[in-house]
Amino acid sequence: MTWIVQNLWLVPVLPILAAGVTALAKQRNRMFAASLAIGSLAISFLLSLCAFAHVLSLSSQGLETRQVVDFRWFQFGSEWLKLGWMLDPLTAIMLVMVSFVGLLIFIFSVGYMEHDENFTRFFCFLSLFAGAMLGVVIANSLLLFFMCWEIVGLTSYLLIGFWYHKPEAAAAAKKAFIVTRIGDLGFFLGMMWLYAQTGTLLFYDSGAGCLEHSALAALVAHVTTVGMAASTGIALLIFCGAAGKSGQVPLHVWLPDAMEGPTPVSALIHAATMVAAGVFLIARVYPLMSAHAGLAGPLVPTTALIVVTWVGAITAVFGALIAIAHYDIKRILAYSTISQLGYMMMGLGVGGVAVGMFHLITHAFFKSLLFLGAGSVIHGCGGEQDIRRMGGLRKSMPITFLAYAAGMLALCGFPLFFSGFWSKDAILDAANTWSVSKLPFYLGAFGALLTAFYMTRQVYYVFGGKSRLPENSSETAHTSHASATPHESPAVMTVPLVILAAFATFLGLVGTPAWPWFQSFLSGTRTTLHIAAFADPALLSVMLSSSLLVFLGLGLGWWFYGRKPIEHADAPDAVGQLQPRLFSILGHNFYVDAFYGATIVRLNTGWSRVCDWLDRWVWNGAVQTVSHLVLAFAWLDNFFDTNVVNAGFDEGCETVSRGGQVLALLQGGRVQSYLRMIGGALIALAIFLLWGATR
Amino acid sequence: MSAFPWLTVLTALPVAGAIAVLGFGSRNKALARRLALGFSFLALALTILLWCRFDSTSGALQFQQQVAWIAALGVEYHVGIDGLGLLMLLLTSIVVPIGMLASWQIQERVGLYFSLMLLLQTCLFGTFTALNFFHWFVFWELSLIPAFFLIKLWGGPRSTAAATQFLIYTMVGSIALLLAFLAIFLATGKFDFIDLAQLAQSGHLMPTVIAKLAWHRFTPRHVALILFAGAFLGFAVKVPLIPFHTWLPSAYTEAPTGTTILLTGAMSKMGLYGFLRILLPIFGAQMQLVLTPLLWLAVATIVLSAYAALAQKDLKRIFAYSSINHLGYCLLAIFAVVKFTGGDADLTAEKYAAMNGVFLQIFNHALTAATLFWFVAILEKRTGGLRGLNDFGGLRKVVPVFTGLMGIALFSSLGLPGLNGFVGEFLIFKGSFPLVTWATSLSVLGLLVTAIFILGILQRVFSGPLNEKWAILPDLTTVERLSLAPAIALMFVVGLYPQLVLGFVNNTVIQIVQQLKF
Repeated sequence: MTWIVQNLWLVPVLPILAAGVTALAKQRNRMFAASLAIGSLAISFLLSLCAFAHVLSLSSQGLETRQVVDFRWFQFGSEWLKLGWMLDPLTAIMLVMVSFVGLLIFIFSVGYMEHDENFTRFFCFLSLFAGAMLGVVIANSLLLFFMCWEIVGLTSYLLIGFWYHKPEAAAAAKKAFIVTRIGDLGFFLGMMWLYAQTGTLLFYDSGAGCLEHSALAALVAHVTTVGMAASTGIALLIFCGAAGKSGQVPLHVWLPDAMEGPTPVSALIHAATMVAAGVFLIARVYPLMSAHAGLAGPLVPTTALIVVTWVGAITAVFGALIAIAHYDIKRILAYSTISQLGYMMMGLGVGGVAVGMFHLITHAFFKSLLFLGAGSVIHGCGGEQDIRRMGGLRKSMPITFLAYAAGMLALCGFPLFFSGFWSKDAILDAANTWSVSKLPFYLGAFGALLTAFYMTRQVYYVFGGKSRLPENSSETAHTSHASATPHESPAVMTVPLVILAAFATFLGLVGTPAWPWFQSFLSGTRTTLHIAAFADPALLSVMLSSSLLVFLGLGLGWWFYGRKPIEHADAPDAVGQLQPRLFSILGHNFYVDAFYGATIVRLNTGWSRVCDWLDRWVWNGAVQTVSHLVLAFAWLDNFFDTNVVNAGFDEGCETVSRGGQVLALLQGGRVQSYLRMIGGALIALAIFLLWGATR
Repeated sequence: MSAFPWLTVLTALPVAGAIAVLGFGSRNKALARRLALGFSFLALALTILLWCRFDSTSGALQFQQQVAWIAALGVEYHVGIDGLGLLMLLLTSIVVPIGMLASWQIQERVGLYFSLMLLLQTCLFGTFTALNFFHWFVFWELSLIPAFFLIKLWGGPRSTAAATQFLIYTMVGSIALLLAFLAIFLATGKFDFIDLAQLAQSGHLMPTVIAKLAWHRFTPRHVALILFAGAFLGFAVKVPLIPFHTWLPSAYTEAPTGTTILLTGAMSKMGLYGFLRILLPIFGAQMQLVLTPLLWLAVATIVLSAYAALAQKDLKRIFAYSSINHLGYCLLAIFAVVKFTGGDADLTAEKYAAMNGVFLQIFNHALTAATLFWFVAILEKRTGGLRGLNDFGGLRKVVPVFTGLMGIALFSSLGLPGLNGFVGEFLIFKGSFPLVTWATSLSVLGLLVTAIFILGILQRVFSGPLNEKWAILPDLTTVERLSLAPAIALMFVVGLYPQLVLGFVNNTVIQIVQQLKF
């Protein structure tokens, strides 16, 4: 085992340490905080490259590419709970992507956040995020994965609510945490179930891990009372977590609101890395997702994978539809991200790890490019985010425009020259041959058309025509220098843009059907250039039709928005004019938020009131009743005592005493009364005797 | 075994402190506070010394001291601790200084206040070390008296009612407990917990009781259940378990915050201690008979209390309900381990996990809840007693350090990985899930609702536009930061290295679980 595998833990720990030091340091040390964060992530990036090179050399020698290091965490009973990290092709690719994109975004942030008073805090949170995300990537234990996953969620919360004085930002942060936590509860239960069934949470542990053959065979064989295999139940529960984090319908509602955070955060967390962590999770536990009775056979659509595919396909179209009708530059990108995450899930479902992961990697580059471009635009327009008030930036921000255009074409999947084409095409190609249903393919193709359309719309709004920026537009300004004339951003922001643009354009070439290096690297096989692969008629027809759809989307976008330049900020949307009702439904996100507000949120609040009421009146009422009963009994007792017991006694006493008073008259001690009595008695006696004598 | 009576000295130490505080500190407030704090730190040092001398590789009782007292009544002075006892002593020693520091602003009858606190500490130490029912019960009941006066004399506007309710409520539970134990004593002539546990384990306890007590109208099973119900009530009130909890919100809210820290940090653990030391070993079989309703009660405790917390507007009331919720997880796990008591080796590991989780959760809750109430005390000191959710807004701008540190404590309460709360809850759920699947699955709802109300606090108190009323609220002073730092640091340490606590309780857990065979 080589040095890099033994010390892979340094990759996540270095940024976390940087975060800790920054948290304890003084707020004023701005350059210190930024250089510490960038420096530590740069070292992590170099280590990631070493790790990547190591895996590459192993795979070129044809050796086993997966290496794990486990360690003991704590003991309960007689067993130790073990955590660990691993290095395999999947980890290596993700490590390089996360640390590289992260590094570029860190550098960009130095310029973007220059004027913010909480600059050091920002880099503290960013470093913590990077560390936790890298921890997710290297974890060899579902528990460690979950722990880092939750910390990633925390940093997302902290960064969405970074401008905490804005009530919307605070609400959005809370919403993001809670909605993802709903998914995480499923994940948590799935983890408990998996642990109970397999007795371990280590992914790979030389044959004893939960993703290895013996554990999977037991999971497939174990049928629960509802007739579902344990493996399916666990896989679906874990997918809940992935759906929450990756913004899949119906748990997508937090992601658009998360755009309240600073734009570099949206680029790093809510486009390139964290939201993709859900996709990565499914890729990581893919042996479990695809576990079926004949374990070793080819890819079979298991129940879990079918669910993943359908959710992904629906999300892909859902997000793309909503993106058409928004005016906020970041929200459009957010719905686009939701849509693209749907593609990734669909790719995992229909085509396997390589298909989904390829799109994840290319998307990370072109979407972070688009977000950073949007950040540059917002920065240049003094904080303006409404695309209706932009326009004409093609001339004033040329570098940003070119980079943005590259990202836009990559996202649309412009044929042959842009990375998005190859990765999206791999997904559509796999969906085309999916044995369960053809519908996901059609949904995906429709989504491709929509994507090209809404991106064209956005680009024409932002960069086309003339500037519609009003004087003194500072209503949403967070930076202090709101200016009416758009300007190009400084080099610290444009250089990362250019680098990302280069990757967004050319990265796709590592996974073309002719030279599927990416796919074979993940599966640990070797590959050669094989031009003849294009001759496959099914593949060719998919490529042609998706290209046609992209051109159609671009053309429609031009027809509606590019033909005549948009003159005023108040001018109605071209599609909105055509279909006002549909446009309004899309603009309100299909009323999903309103629906949740009216049902789940209200139910929750109501139920909490009920619990409070139960507590105050029922439980406490019962106690109060008992205590009142005791008091009533005491009162009754008292009443009985005073009025019955006492009263009877008192009455008797008074009778006796009255009798005594009467009798006391006899014993008055006065001679006259004695004489009077004797006299009276004598008379009575005399009368009595006389009366008797007369008889 | 050490010949030196460590535990007796430890128990007596706070009383000595209380006398000293009353004697020297009745005039001088500052002296009284410092003296009391000094004694509590002395107790902490002594407990840490005990911990160092404690043999973690054994689950047996250590530092035992057994002296005949009233031989005719089977009364002995018998003290000793195992991992459970040591855990309780440690958390009491940690919580009491926190409670004192949080009471620093109290101005009336300072000497009396702090000596009552020390007296309460003695009662807690006595309860956690006693192994004979007689003096255990004396300490158990005696603890109510300082607590009653602390709530009544220094509490909020409705403190008299709250204190009276607290006293009578727990007294009712205690009387039921006493009656149950008197019945057992009449039958067996024994008061010693260890002897009784052995009797129960060998299956002789209940037959003896039933044979001796000629309650002919009841079946033997009913006699056993009645005795169990009596003992159960005593502890269920103390923890508390819904629906025996209604004294708690008003007592915690009306008590001065320093006292609330003691109530939630240490006194609520008396109930759990009773469950672990007395109910499980002695009444385990009866618990198993009525397991289903008990599980429902535990789930209700977890879910209903979390939802009730969501509806509160007063920070102290929120944390009071949150305490019920957190201890509910402990009860869930305790009930779960009596589900299967056969020799199934697979499930033994789950029971170890659940029990270790209970122990860790006890420690974590003491630390986190005490720290959270401490933050409330600091806030009250600055705002003149205001602590409503809607009284603030945007405080993060003026008190960033306070916000950051309280945020850490709040996330610890939420169960964020990396902080102490997570590991205990993970172990409880890991152990309980295979044992009582449905109850555990329902309890997960408590985790969600906890997140909602904790984030609600962060949102409404610390975020949003600054409430101008608090524009000059001072942030934490250096002294406050330094005194809070150890508590916050401990949250990280236990969260990252839980072996620190689990290391010395694990063998006791093994002992407790292995005794559960009936």
